[in-house]
Amino acid sequence: MDLSSNLILVIVVTSIATFASRFFGILTAENISDKSKLFDWFNCVAYSILAALTARMIIFPAGALLESTLLIRLIVISISIVVFMYSKKNLVLPTILSFILLTFLSGIY
Amino acid sequence: MINRKYFYQGLKSLISARSPAIALACSFIALGALMHNAGFNLQQSAASSFFTYALPGQLVMTESFLVGASLVNIFLSVWLVNFRLYPMSVALVPILKHKSQPRWKYYLSCHMIAVSSWLIMKETYKKIDQKYRLDYWLGIGCGTLSAAVISTLIGFLISDYLTKGMMIGLAIVNPVYFLCMMIGAMNNLKIIVAVLSGALLGPIFYLVTPEWSILIAGIAGGTIAFLIKDKKNGSI
Repeated sequence: MDLSSNLILVIVVTSIATFASRFFGILTAENISDKSKLFDWFNCVAYSILAALTARMIIFPAGALLESTLLIRLIVISISIVVFMYSKKNLVLPTILSFILLTFLSGIY
Repeated sequence: MINRKYFYQGLKSLISARSPAIALACSFIALGALMHNAGFNLQQSAASSFFTYALPGQLVMTESFLVGASLVNIFLSVWLVNFRLYPMSVALVPILKHKSQPRWKYYLSCHMIAVSSWLIMKETYKKIDQKYRLDYWLGIGCGTLSAAVISTLIGFLISDYLTKGMMIGLAIVNPVYFLCMMIGAMNNLKIIVAVLSGALLGPIFYLVTPEWSILIAGIAGGTIAFLIKDKKNGSI
C-alpha cells in the first residue's frame, strides 16, 4: 500500500475511534435525566477526568513540553492563573501570556 | 431547522473575553506543524482536525504513525486516549435535550463534543432556554470546530517558521486554558472535590499505569465527589 492511502486510512481509523465514544455517549444519555443520580455521577467523572488529563499534561507532558522543566512550567502556570483571577476571569489574557512567557523562558534555560 | 438567534449566540462565545479561540489556535497550530513534519499533506491535516477534532487522539495518531504502529494498534490507543469523550457526552446530552428538537441534530452535535466546547456549555447553559440549547450548542461547536480546522491549516503552512521555543510555548496554552476554566467551574463542593481529586490522582496513577491513569483517576475521583454530594443530600 502506498503512503498516501495509508495516511488516509490512519485518519479514518482515528476518526472512527474518536466518534465511537461521542456516539455511545449520546446513546447512553438517551434515557438519563439531568436530575438523576446517574447524570450526577457521569458529571463528576467527566470533571475529574479533565482535571486528571490537565494535571498529567503539566506534570508528565508529552512532545514539545518535555523540553521545558517542571519548575518553569509551574511558574508560567501560576502567573497565568493570577492574571486570570485579577482580570475578572478573562481567558484571552492568561492564554496569550502563557505562550509568550514560556517561549521566552525556554529560550533562556 | 436551527434557531439562528441562539446559534449566533453560541458562535459569539468565540469572540468574548472568555473565548477559547487562543487556546484552540495555539494547540492546533502546533498540531498542524507536527503533522507537516510527520509527512501528512495539507488536505489530510485539515481533514484530520475536521473529522477527528480531538487533540490528544490526533497527537497519538501522529506519533503512532511515525513509529509505524499497525491500524489496530492506532485504533486502540486513540480509542483509549479519547475515551474521556464518553462520560463528557453522557454529562452533556441531558442538558441539551428538548422534545421539540429533531433527532439528527443530536447526532450532528455529538461530533462537536470536545473539552473547550464542553466547558463553555457547562458554564453558560443555565442562561439558555432549554428549548434552544441544542441550537446554542451547535453554534459553540461550529465555532470551535472551525477554529480548530483553520488553525491546523495555519500551523501546517507556517511550520517552517516556528522555532523550538515557540513550539514549547504553544504547548502550554491548552493546559492553562483548561486549568482556568476548571477553576471557574469550581463553584460547588462536588465539582471542587472532583477536580482536585482528579488532578491529584491522575499523576499518581500515571506512575503505575500511564495508559489507563486518566481513566482510572477520573472514575475514582468522580466517584469520591459523587459520594460526598450524596451524603450532603442525605442530611438535608
